[in-house]
Amino acid sequence: MDFQPQVNEELLDQAIALHGLSLVSILHQVQDHYGYLPEVVLRALCRKSGIPLTEIYGVATFYSYFSLKPRGRHQITVCSGTSCHVRGSGRVIKEVCNLLQIQIGQVTPDGEFSIETVNCLGCCAFAPVMVVNGQYHVHLSPAKAREIIISIREDAARESDLQTQEAEQEREAVPLQKDVSLR
Amino acid sequence: MIEIRLNGQRVKVEEGVSVLDASRFYGVHIPTLCFLEGLSPYGGCRLCLVEIGKPGQSKLVTSCTYKVEEGLVVRTQSERVIKRRQMLLELYLATCPSSKIIQDLASKHHVTQVRFQPRHEDCILCGLCVRMCKEQMQGKAINFAHRGTERAVCTPFDKKSEECRLCGGCMYVCPACQARCQGPGAEEAICNACLNLPQPCLEHFDNAMCYMDPCVACELESKREHDVKGGKKA
Ligand code: FES
Ligand code: FES
Repeated sequence: MDFQPQVNEELLDQAIALHGLSLVSILHQVQDHYGYLPEVVLRALCRKSGIPLTEIYGVATFYSYFSLKPRGRHQITVCSGTSCHVRGSGRVIKEVCNLLQIQIGQVTPDGEFSIETVNCLGCCAFAPVMVVNGQYHVHLSPAKAREIIISIREDAARESDLQTQEAEQEREAVPLQKDVSLR
Repeated sequence: MIEIRLNGQRVKVEEGVSVLDASRFYGVHIPTLCFLEGLSPYGGCRLCLVEIGKPGQSKLVTSCTYKVEEGLVVRTQSERVIKRRQMLLELYLATCPSSKIIQDLASKHHVTQVRFQPRHEDCILCGLCVRMCKEQMQGKAINFAHRGTERAVCTPFDKKSEECRLCGGCMYVCPACQARCQGPGAEEAICNACLNLPQPCLEHFDNAMCYMDPCVACELESKREHDVKGGKKA
């Protein structure tokens, strides 16, 4: 078995208490917490709630919103529904895949991006549509999609730069304090 | 008790039963694939369809899930029904030509051609095994998963199930598991061997105890005789 996270018992208890046996709501909460639906957690959920594992697995695999595999930090969801398809979502998907060098359903090796397709996002008038981190980007063209992803990538790089800088500063600050206390 | 019209005849049936049960009670045969007594009706295979309502406003419904109503007009052998049923069987044949049950049904309903590319699937998603496991065996080891063209019956996470007791109930009810006579490797998508059998064996052995249950050839032969007699009378 590949890596499995720790089961957060409290979260499960809470979710069951809050939603009763409404499986989809519970799964939403679990996915919000872990970013995906880990196998051990689903097994624990089955044990705690008494919902058969077959049913949990069926529901979790039915909806494309739920994922049984870890996703990237930035989730890209491109619509390939009818409207988006006829308005060229195929080209958008190809462009995004080329840019990130991964296939649909995969995660980039650095764990930053993952791509998925769905069958309709419910806003066909804006086709083609892509959702990145919960934000909708509409009337896409391959070039526009490319820009969006590059800008996100740059933002992320800047942020991580900032974080490393901060960390370095802290590291520098620590010996100073030590010196003070030593004196 | 309520009254319905079954193939033009007024019959009394109990309230709350399905059209399929009512017709079977009165000896009207409706073919089924995903229905099994003791399991909840599923309405997945559509083979049991019948025509209800007055001509002109009629519609096709699956008789296994449709409950009888007062004054309901049911036709189980109208042209529309027969055509749709044959088309369904043709599609099933293309999906899973290795199944004996489907081949038999096709021969019985005179489906003599398959105009689709055979797919040689090993599941037709009738859901019998899922319901068998859950309702009769209290197992809950398998279920449908995924969606659309990827829909399949499997155990959770595709791993060996802890709940499965290896009772074999799922295989027992599976219509796709029973291989046809020539075996799964047969090339033709349609067998129709029974249709082309020259004479049923009863001709040679008068009171033979046939172990084939009603073999399709026998049934067809008796039906042919029946038709000929009926034709003569008319
Ligand atoms: S088809 Fe893309 S939003 Fe509906
Ligand atoms: S038997 Fe009624 S739909 Fe399959």
